[in-house]
Amino acid sequence: MSHISILMENQPGALSRVVGLFSQRGYNIDSLSVAPTNDSSLSRLTMVVKEEESVISQILKQLNKVIDVVEVQNLSDVESVSLEIAIVKLKITEEEAKKIIDNAFPIIGEIINHKDEFVMIKVTGSNHEVDDFLLSLNKQNFLEVTRSGLLGMGTGENFLISESETTIEY
Amino acid sequence: MKKESGGSALIRALADENVDLLFGYPGGAALHIYDAIYQQDKVQHILVRHEQAAVHAADGYARATGRVGTVLVTSGPGATNAITGIATAYMDSIPLVVISGQVASHLIGTDAFQETDMLGISRPIVKHSFLIQSPEEIPEVVKKAFIIAKTGKPGPVVIDVPKDMTDPNHLFDYQYPKEIKMRSYSAPSKVKENHIEEAVSLLENAKKPVLYAGGGIIQGNASEELMKLANIMNAPVTNTLMGLGAFPASHNNFIGMLGMHGTYEANMAMHESDLIFALGSRFDDRTTNNPQKYSLNAKKIHLDCDYGSIEKIINVDVSLNGDAKKILNQILKKIDPKNIDKASIELWNKEIQNWRETHGLNHDLLDKKFHQKQILPQQVIQSLYKSTNGKAFITSDVGQHQMFAAQYYKFDEPRKWINSGGLGTMGFGLPSAMGVKFAYPDEDVVCVTGEGSIQMCIQELSTCMQYGLPVKIINLNNRALGMVKQWQDMQYGGRYSSILYEDSLPDFVKLAESYGHVGMKVEDISELEERMDECISMKDKLVFMDVYVDPEEHVYPMLEAGGNMSEMRVSKTKKTF
Ligand SMILES: Cc1ncc(C[n+]2csc(CCOP(=O)(O)OP(=O)(O)O)c2C)c(N)n1
Ligand SMILES: [Mg+2]
Repeated sequence: MSHISILMENQPGALSRVVGLFSQRGYNIDSLSVAPTNDSSLSRLTMVVKEEESVISQILKQLNKVIDVVEVQNLSDVESVSLEIAIVKLKITEEEAKKIIDNAFPIIGEIINHKDEFVMIKVTGSNHEVDDFLLSLNKQNFLEVTRSGLLGMGTGENFLISESETTIEY
Repeated sequence: MKKESGGSALIRALADENVDLLFGYPGGAALHIYDAIYQQDKVQHILVRHEQAAVHAADGYARATGRVGTVLVTSGPGATNAITGIATAYMDSIPLVVISGQVASHLIGTDAFQETDMLGISRPIVKHSFLIQSPEEIPEVVKKAFIIAKTGKPGPVVIDVPKDMTDPNHLFDYQYPKEIKMRSYSAPSKVKENHIEEAVSLLENAKKPVLYAGGGIIQGNASEELMKLANIMNAPVTNTLMGLGAFPASHNNFIGMLGMHGTYEANMAMHESDLIFALGSRFDDRTTNNPQKYSLNAKKIHLDCDYGSIEKIINVDVSLNGDAKKILNQILKKIDPKNIDKASIELWNKEIQNWRETHGLNHDLLDKKFHQKQILPQQVIQSLYKSTNGKAFITSDVGQHQMFAAQYYKFDEPRKWINSGGLGTMGFGLPSAMGVKFAYPDEDVVCVTGEGSIQMCIQELSTCMQYGLPVKIINLNNRALGMVKQWQDMQYGGRYSSILYEDSLPDFVKLAESYGHVGMKVEDISELEERMDECISMKDKLVFMDVYVDPEEHVYPMLEAGGNMSEMRVSKTKKTF
């Protein structure tokens, strides 16, 4: 399993070029999260892919070749942190929800909405922790979940920054 | 400063890129652009008869000249017809800029008349693509498209232009950018000095080296450097199908093409080698046979402009990512002739010579003693070689005829052999020959084809008449989809499924004549050479020479599927394993 961090132009078509590299080769993307960065002309993407190392190194090379891709980093190669956010909708009382959150360690949970007989909880943790948390819920009143997909970032000086712009003149 | 509309800016930008020829076909979404073409005279538009042919023609032009080929098609069916051509160029890394009309921006996504998602359809077969979002960005996008198409690993770039972006009533100040900033597109990093040293040390220590050169040497204009290296080392050189001409076939160190239908000696040399230096070739499956059994005793150096091609199929000892010419020059500077193991290489060359003597190609089949009732396809290529003094541009289609041309026409110069190696597109031969002839009107341009392939773009005989393109078409007529037949002979017990059509073939002589060209039919070996001379000497006529060849002939050698590089069939009855 590899976590890949990608910085790319925030352009129509850019995401489909990146995703196309995977579908074309028959590889499945386990999770994908993408949003603009503090520079709105760039999007940052975290991807989780379950493939062998040789496949990953090929994918990294091919990703680098995509014209819209500015920078690629294999988070599995550097020290990094990652987490996932999930929103869960449960048919329970607020009291019961609080109890679930109290027992959810190491997951950090918070009630974010309560409407009619439904409660929504936001939980944050590593993706295994989120997996485990979801498994622990009682199926009968567990109605929906949406997960962000993994978000990751290298620690310390392991930046994913764009190199200075290359000016090609001729 | 003259104001331009999106349509006229597009054409002016092409002129600013020194584009002289634009191959295309008009239609609704491209009408503003066509009107802009009419009102200028710098860029000449060539009207083909099918959009696939427009792309192949631009592709042939690009391969022969080393420049970027340009194409203009309309939306919808115009764009989809261009797809096969784009994929062909993509697989062989040919620099093209393909401009497609698109429905007006407010109609995109509504299933409007002649709307197709060109960016979506072409995405896996382009190096990059653009959708024009404002007329003002057109000059900059064109500039970027040309840079991307021709730098690094070249490839086709699509510019999709919604009709409203070319509105003749919307005018703006035109300026063609001198330079472009692209933060996400960078030149390959410099090769590390120690990699050069490692490569040099392997080369100096090799006892059985092979220089395995592909299309990258042609595209990278590095033939001269390759020649220097081969001469310094006295090393054997093999070319891939895409690389023919990168190293002169008549040079002593040339051991022929390698791969699926490569020469016996080239494939044997690859198998027995102790050092394979891959230069601008990508270990394509047609040249490695089974990668697990590939040249196990050889160390490998891989020079390629495409980082992604290195270690994609075969692991290597030294990788050299970057410009072939530059890197070869660095190697030439470092390598010391005194350190080369000349004695071992001499023995190695003898070993290769022995292989050639056992199962090498016979280049003297025109000799009377080899004459049979039916003309052999190989004899036609040899006759063509003689009549053109080995100097013609040869384009080809796909099939047995293509392999015979590759094996028997001895290419001495780069860019003279023009074929669809990667995609293997039947229909490529005639339109690509047109592109070459436009670029080199005074040179002999010959399309070697088969009666199957030629019918896939036969309509271009009309284009050739309109523009006066006296290309020569040599049709190796075996009355069958010969290459498929060969496989059905070898692997399907001769069950000929859907490969025969003898009774419904056109009379190619009359067909050529109906377009105003010259037709010739040759069935007898005794008249082959004379008719070939006659054909080639008609400098201002397109001649369609329909040569009836032996339909039973197979292409050999042929690597045995799943085997190593030494496992070949060398004739219908003999194999090496
Ligand atoms: C567009 C396309 N369709 C199908 C094929 C598969 N194919 C490869 S060779 C061949 C036969 C070509 O026949 P012909 O042009 O007569 O050449 P020959 O092999 O007989 O010399 C076919 C059908 C192809 N390469 N391209
Ligand atoms: Mg045929």
